[in-house]
Amino acid sequence: MAEAVMDVEHAAPRTVVYRHRVATRIWHWINVVVVFVMIMSGLMIFNAHPRLYWGKYGANSDYAWLQIGAIGDRGVLQVGQVKVPTTGVLGRWTDPQGRVQNRAFPHWATIPSNYSLADARRWHLFFSWLLVIGGVGYWAISFANRHVIGDLLPTRKELSPGHLWQDIKDHARLRLPTGEAAATYNVLQKLSYVGILFVVLPLLVLTGLAMSPGMNAAWPWLLDLFGGRQSARSIHFLMMAAMVAFIVVHVLMVILAGPVNEIRSMITGRYRLPKPRNGGEPR
Amino acid sequence: MIVNRRRLLGAIGVGGSSLLLTGCDRLNQNAGFQSLLKEGEGLTMRAQRLITSRDALAPEFTGADLSPVFRSNGTRMPGSPAYAAHAANRFVDWRLAFDGLVQRPQSFSLAQIGTMPIRTQITRHDCVEGWSAIGKWHGVPLKILLDQVGLRDGARYLVFHCADDYGPVRYYESIDLIDAFHPQTILAWGLNDHLLPVQNGAPLRLRVERQLGYKHAKYVERIEAVSSLAAIGAGKGGYWEDGANYEWYAGA
Repeated sequence: MAEAVMDVEHAAPRTVVYRHRVATRIWHWINVVVVFVMIMSGLMIFNAHPRLYWGKYGANSDYAWLQIGAIGDRGVLQVGQVKVPTTGVLGRWTDPQGRVQNRAFPHWATIPSNYSLADARRWHLFFSWLLVIGGVGYWAISFANRHVIGDLLPTRKELSPGHLWQDIKDHARLRLPTGEAAATYNVLQKLSYVGILFVVLPLLVLTGLAMSPGMNAAWPWLLDLFGGRQSARSIHFLMMAAMVAFIVVHVLMVILAGPVNEIRSMITGRYRLPKPRNGGEPR
Repeated sequence: MIVNRRRLLGAIGVGGSSLLLTGCDRLNQNAGFQSLLKEGEGLTMRAQRLITSRDALAPEFTGADLSPVFRSNGTRMPGSPAYAAHAANRFVDWRLAFDGLVQRPQSFSLAQIGTMPIRTQITRHDCVEGWSAIGKWHGVPLKILLDQVGLRDGARYLVFHCADDYGPVRYYESIDLIDAFHPQTILAWGLNDHLLPVQNGAPLRLRVERQLGYKHAKYVERIEAVSSLAAIGAGKGGYWEDGANYEWYAGA
């Protein structure tokens, strides 16, 4: 009996929708490269001074709210008064040549993999141009073609507590949208994309600019906006962490939702709607 | 071996990321790719210069913003016996030579420099590593010295020759004339209401406030006006630029 049902389902044609515009697809794949380079070269730059401060100044004798380092033979991540042992990953780890290194982020997380602040800065500052040019271009196109207004901004109904809660429960149970509902973004997706596009990315760029002494002369208001250069550096780091969290969840959701269909849709634009679950109410 | 989807994806992930890492390291050592990355420095400099007026000031702070401890970095005490003798003698015989493409090459004593107009500024020092310290600097605007020596036609850069050794070479740095004539560009002889401590570059250090810390040459004993940086060191304009691939334009 079950087989018969399945056969019927296989035979039924599944709807293919055009889900991703060409601008979205190009920007996505540019960012796969650019964002990874920015994060990994940024971690190497952090390794040059693995301490974060709030305020206008901050150096070794000042209080650091976050630091990564080695205490004796142990790697430690310290946030406020909390010390987390991280030996092998952060603060103290072994490189591929078998040498023990007392550096914050390990070789596999940085560009280049061997310590070089100068080289990492070359990568970071070059790719920052690609990030900004790509991002501003995508912003402009996505407002013009109504992608932002039509697809990304949540509706008032979607933002109602009941709807949000339902969506959170569905995600927690991994009951991902099927059928027609999968043709558009759900509200958690919308909120995370809007958050990255209009909060995280702009803050990363602006705090990056606020750390530049040349830009401080040109646009001193940036420093006031973030409460000083060292605060800007801390916010820059936190936004990087938010970006990493987004990427982890994003990749996880792609795998759960069917990686072949999802990745194909980001290449060709066409997305095959998942078939409704047996017994599950379509939503 | 049965290859299931999960294992395949895992293998792609691990393989892909190690390929990516090796690829990045290989690219990092590729001369062509490095020269592409260096284009970013020129772009950044032109963009910053485009939106910044020549005299736009670096932010200045108040006494309440001063770092409790102004960190010293790089050389804390130059190693030469000559410098030690100067330090023991409170630098009374220290001379600052100003030569190269100038109309009136000359050398200045600290006493002479002390009688020149003083500019005091509370500014933030940003090390390329990431830390910042705010200090109150006292010194003579470089423009005053430039007016005294008079640049000759063709002078485009100032090279600062320093008394501190880095292995076989002495520290050197360079700036262009836009920064040289900037109102906040001073040769500082004082920090936080005291004479400049040895660890911060006594008796004279450059302050070039719109750039990162390594441009702010310490222990300056000679300034040379040149038309090109090609003949200085390895030709990139500074100790860290020549030796370790740091940017000559350190405004970012």
